Amino acid sequence: MSAELFQAMAQSIIDGDAEVAEQLARQAVEQGMDPLEAINKGFVVGVNHVGSEFSCGNAFLPELVMAGEAMKAAVSTLEPEMARRGTTREVLGRVVLATIQGDIHDIGKTLVGTMLSAAGFQVYDLGVDVPVMQLVEKAREVDAHIIGVSALLTTTMVRQRDVVEALDDMGLRAKIKVMVGGAPVTGEWVKEIGADGYSEDAIGAVAVAKKLVGK
Amino acid sequence: MGRPIKPITNPKLSLNILTPEEVQRIHTATLDVIENAGVRFPSQKVLDIWEAHGAKVDRKTSIVKAPGALIEKALKNAPPAYALAARDPAQDLMMDGNHVFLGTDGCGVEVIDIYTGERRRSCLKDVGEIARIADYQEEIAFHWVALSAQDRPTHTRGLHELKAVWENSTKHVQTESVYSEKEARAAVEMAAAVAGGREALRKRPVLSLMQCTAPPLGHDGGSLEAALVGAEAGVPVGFMTMASCLTTGPATVAGTLVVGNAEVIAGTALIQLAYPGAPVFYAAAQTASDLRTGSYTGGGPEDYLFGAATNVLSDFYDIPLSMGSFATGAKEPNWQAGVDNTLSTFMACIVMSDMLLGVGFLHGSRIWDFSQMLMDCEIYNIIHKTLDGIRIDDETLALDVIKAVGPGGNFLKQKHTIRHMREIFLPQFMDRRPYNEWQAKGDGPNDWALAKARQILETHQPDALEASLSAELQRIIKTAEKEPVD
Repeated sequence: MSAELFQAMAQSIIDGDAEVAEQLARQAVEQGMDPLEAINKGFVVGVNHVGSEFSCGNAFLPELVMAGEAMKAAVSTLEPEMARRGTTREVLGRVVLATIQGDIHDIGKTLVGTMLSAAGFQVYDLGVDVPVMQLVEKAREVDAHIIGVSALLTTTMVRQRDVVEALDDMGLRAKIKVMVGGAPVTGEWVKEIGADGYSEDAIGAVAVAKKLVGK
Repeated sequence: MGRPIKPITNPKLSLNILTPEEVQRIHTATLDVIENAGVRFPSQKVLDIWEAHGAKVDRKTSIVKAPGALIEKALKNAPPAYALAARDPAQDLMMDGNHVFLGTDGCGVEVIDIYTGERRRSCLKDVGEIARIADYQEEIAFHWVALSAQDRPTHTRGLHELKAVWENSTKHVQTESVYSEKEARAAVEMAAAVAGGREALRKRPVLSLMQCTAPPLGHDGGSLEAALVGAEAGVPVGFMTMASCLTTGPATVAGTLVVGNAEVIAGTALIQLAYPGAPVFYAAAQTASDLRTGSYTGGGPEDYLFGAATNVLSDFYDIPLSMGSFATGAKEPNWQAGVDNTLSTFMACIVMSDMLLGVGFLHGSRIWDFSQMLMDCEIYNIIHKTLDGIRIDDETLALDVIKAVGPGGNFLKQKHTIRHMREIFLPQFMDRRPYNEWQAKGDGPNDWALAKARQILETHQPDALEASLSAELQRIIKTAEKEPVD
């Protein structure tokens, strides 16, 4: 019985079907299943499958995104039950994401958020045009491991430096790693501003984030 | 006197990429999108304009839903032809649908240093040096600001860049790196100084402004307000969509054409509502995102199809087109760069895109390479020659000569040969040497192109900007620098 349900859960992620994933998550709660078991034996199996299909070139980015969205739907459906039981899902780390002030470019940052959360990070996406202090305050509030800050324009990219400096000023630099992204960002820029990592695409960003939290 | 410019004009070849019915379907779909999904215009000033003309405006989301009739009526006010002026009037560019003019690409962030060969961050000096080489090249008709002057303050960077280009070239400048109303006001003031006053600028716009849209279906507030400043002054303005299949557009080429078209014509209609009759152009550089990374590819068959299809759309609206071609994703000047840049440029040229952007970049318009710049010029020359097609008449059929030589002879000694041999394309950078010579020297096209770029940089003296004018531009920048940043 459970085995069938687990398989259906995995399949819903593979199909990228958020509605079905959510429905199966509800079913699990109704049956009194431990939400963590539903995640680890059901949904995560699907995420891993899509991930490995992607790695060997059989699946493409939209399938990863759909799987990520389905996973998010399942987990958020299970969250109230986890809270009731006093259990929490083990996350790889907490990441606060934003596109920096003055910049409205959304898609790269959002994609990174989806990929990170599918990989098991807790992601707080603050959106676009976000002031440095708001970003840093949020990171402090949620005890973040990583801040991810995006910029598409060379004129806004300079504010990525401000994030690093603000963390320094607040004495948080040792605790919180900074990842930067966006088309104009280069490895040299990362070094210059003293950030901890960058990636040109969302898949690479997951690998960088994992490395930064030592996973 | 500036150097001559070599446009493509009266091509013999042509291409049918979309039927009139298909264009009409794209247009109808676009109006449906603008009216029902809407386009985001995040600027109170701009929303006021839309509201005053009866569009549905949501102040909270900044989304404008405009009826198709309003868009169509506004677009009818756009002038179908006008000239982009140059400091040297002999270099003015006629936007009339029968010329293709080549420009440099723009907005890059790194450069392969012309002497050390090292990749490094771009600075103001690079902007001027590229402009000087572009001033020399007859293939290049106008400038984009090739690289970002990252050693200058962000809020006046676009102004420093303009000054550097004008100081190094007499050709028209189209800037794509002025992002705010304040900066645009200063840029227009600089252009007026160069043109000889506000009215002179309106008659002979030595500057045009290109603003990127924010796909899907959005614009940037600062860019919109900058465009309005340009339009008010009679400086040609255009909106460029870079909608990409898969990410910022649907996976289909047709769907992404619709998304980009909605952004561009809604933006263009806005300009016409605010300043009826202002010179405008359509700009586009759509592509397909990479299936694995989602990143901008700047190449591939979809890219080439966009290059040709977009001009059909801009013709439908009867406004000039500034089309992104070249812009390979290759990391160095190589096979991929040659394929991408040749095919994308061929497709954009054969349909007669008015402006082509542009030469010089690697890695999806991020890294400037001087040898790539000159090899891209050669690609343009090859296409220029190809589009001339084949002339068929008594002289070219050469019947008398063929008979005179007869079976087994050769044509080298014929006067007809001497008369026509210079019509045969002679490459600058293609390696046609004997194998052993290549083996012995070990050099090639990249080396020759780089050597030529160095030589131009060291020897070409563009017609200088008068010292007093240079000082005036500097004064305008200084004033702008003192203003508080928004």
